Amino acid sequence: MSDFEADELDQEPVAGVPPTPQQHFPSRFDGAKGVVTPLITTVVAFLVGGLVVALTGKDPVRVYHAIYEGTGVGWLFQVGNHSARIPFETGHMWFPWDTASVAAGNLQQTLLVTTPIVLTALAVAFAFRCGMFNIGGQGQYVAGTIFAVWLGSSFASLDPWLHVTLCLVAGALAGAVWAGIAGILKATVGAHEVISTIMLNWTAIWVGSYLFGEGGPLQGAQVSIPDSNNIVDGAKLPVFWGLKLLQGLSIGIFIAIAMLVVYWILVNRTTLGFAVRAVGFNPEAARYGGISVARNYFVAMAIAGGFAGLAGAIDITGWEYQIGPADIQANQIGFIGLAAALLGRNTAIGAGFASLLFGALITGTSSRQLDPSIFRPDLAGNLTTIIQGLVVLFVGLNLGGLWAWLRRRRRA
Amino acid sequence: MSRWTSPRAVGVAGIVLGAAAFWLALPPLAARTAVLPIAIGILAIAAGIWASSRESRRAGGGAIAAGLLGIGFGVLATRSSSAHLDSVVVWSTLFAATLRYATPLTFAAIGGLFCERSGVVNVALEGMLLTGAFFGIWGAIWAHTWAGSFAWVIGLAAAALAGMALAAIHAVWTITFKVDQIISGTALNFLALGTTGYLFVDKYGDTGTPGNVPAYGIPDIHLHFLQNWTFIGPILGQLNLMIWLSFVLLVATSVFVFRTPWGLRLRAVGEHPRAADTVGISVYKVRYIAVISSGAIAAMGGAYLSLGFVHSFNEGMTNGTGFIGLAALVFGKWRPFPTWGAALLFGFSSALADRLPAAYGNQWGTLFQALPYLLTLIAVAGVIGRSIGPAASGRPYARQ
Repeated sequence: MSDFEADELDQEPVAGVPPTPQQHFPSRFDGAKGVVTPLITTVVAFLVGGLVVALTGKDPVRVYHAIYEGTGVGWLFQVGNHSARIPFETGHMWFPWDTASVAAGNLQQTLLVTTPIVLTALAVAFAFRCGMFNIGGQGQYVAGTIFAVWLGSSFASLDPWLHVTLCLVAGALAGAVWAGIAGILKATVGAHEVISTIMLNWTAIWVGSYLFGEGGPLQGAQVSIPDSNNIVDGAKLPVFWGLKLLQGLSIGIFIAIAMLVVYWILVNRTTLGFAVRAVGFNPEAARYGGISVARNYFVAMAIAGGFAGLAGAIDITGWEYQIGPADIQANQIGFIGLAAALLGRNTAIGAGFASLLFGALITGTSSRQLDPSIFRPDLAGNLTTIIQGLVVLFVGLNLGGLWAWLRRRRRA
Repeated sequence: MSRWTSPRAVGVAGIVLGAAAFWLALPPLAARTAVLPIAIGILAIAAGIWASSRESRRAGGGAIAAGLLGIGFGVLATRSSSAHLDSVVVWSTLFAATLRYATPLTFAAIGGLFCERSGVVNVALEGMLLTGAFFGIWGAIWAHTWAGSFAWVIGLAAAALAGMALAAIHAVWTITFKVDQIISGTALNFLALGTTGYLFVDKYGDTGTPGNVPAYGIPDIHLHFLQNWTFIGPILGQLNLMIWLSFVLLVATSVFVFRTPWGLRLRAVGEHPRAADTVGISVYKVRYIAVISSGAIAAMGGAYLSLGFVHSFNEGMTNGTGFIGLAALVFGKWRPFPTWGAALLFGFSSALADRLPAAYGNQWGTLFQALPYLLTLIAVAGVIGRSIGPAASGRPYARQ
């Protein structure tokens, strides 16, 4: 679908022609410029989402407030005189926040959901930097979960640290291979990555459903329940905040933050990142400069898939511990990561904050956190999808650039 | 080199052989030995290798893929009991089901054809199908109290309007604001998923769509004079109205795009907008009309899905159908009838997956749900190779 000939169609700014919004801010591959545009985008998306809520006869202010309560983000502002357990040690220490309050529990959930979103956002962002649109984060995530569950529920006698590391590495590799297929197809026969990654998504989802479903080869010991076995204790990530039984926060969040740093270094401080960005900016120029476009398509896709696969493995080893067809089919983490990456403008910091926003939104609208007497959680889940769509829609539109464009046009 | 031994002809023969390897193992012939599909499959692969080493890589690759698939499925078929095979492979039923599954794909792909021929990539087909599916059934349910059994007409109108509204956003975003076309399309897919899901839960949340939808859904056309014919009767005897409409749409599209001045303008705008502009064609106007009509056409496919096929709506019920339609369009090289052929292929694999669980248990049915997606992947990758679309596709146009 995409070819890089037909240069006469390119739009250079021409005297006397009003510039388009995209010439103010080249939208698709631009760098870290601007906090304002993402903020405006978010506000507008929430306003329109609120409008939908109001049109269907509910009070948007109450709804948003209930969602906010469910996210636990307010916990950060509840400063007082408390004590906290020292992680992985016995004993307590003074701490400004109450680590055992309801809000603290909610915040744990928010951060738990944020963790994989950060990684699937990086999966989208890294491919973007190479000029590719990776919609396959979902399938790569599923590939990661499949391998993490499979290895995590085998080798019961393995050393715990070795076991959990094995699960994470295998998950990341599975994601890398799954995305690498799309990368190879793009590099060799020019198959468009949007179609191939979406097809890989559905293939992963149905293969996963087959593996863990009734009669499937990886179904757990209970024949009547379509679920995998639980992973063994040694394959679980340590929980450092909250109780393991109540889905406390695992150290996976630190892995995600570390990966943000890795992403930043990879993109900005390595030869590989330079080559990837060069291909993303202009494949023809990169080829002319001696950079192998095909190789970089593959490498960028595989690394992107590695991030998404790691997300799946962290979810399994961090709190899910087992998986079934219903979980696989309902999961949306890969697609949320897409919106987070776009809102964060494919930068490490931006993706981190945007992931936190979406993690909070998902937690706040989940049936576990949201009071159904105020707003039905299944409505709220769809509201999340609407806001996600609006964010992508307005990120593409580049509201900051549009504003400047309209003002200039009025003056002209 | 004669016509019949040219690399391309050998490659095509290989594809046919690969299909034959599978077909021989199925009823009515139902070969019971695995040797037959393997031998014929190997022949297909050999033909493929020969063809692809003599600069016919596309047909050759297709022959190799067809040979591998033919061996795989052929051996599987010879391994399973003939009673199972007979219950799954009833050709007339399979073909009728193929047409049913291919119809939403056809509408989506033809909608996409108009959009992409004008130079606008449309990955929002999925969202347009879903929008059509919801608003189609919603309109019919709303109207059935006064329109009776003709409520489906209102449903179709509602679907078309909703699809056009969604497409209008795509048009404004990509043509006027020149937003990246894939980002805009992706956003609209999310928006359609969220909006239809929200409205569905809000309106029909606890009970689902009402059970009386078949009474005023899109009717089947009963051709009584056909029904006694062998083979053709069961296939064409009682097809849904929308399936016949999809045939009409195919012919009409083919004539419109390739035989009328409007079609020429459409293609000119998609291939070289600057040249089209120079001769006085309004690029923006053509693109707006093309994108918005693509929304209406794709939404018809969605309305068929909810109102003519399954007679209910569920959140996210299209499950990637729109993307498969898009793949069919790419596979069919942006031409109506080859695109329809691709849609039939994907529809056939869905029909097969649908009939498997009855004989082989749910787990195989689940695994075979992946088949249409896998075939699509193979199609966009190996068989077609570089399929070149309209030259200006994906590029915004700025007047000078």
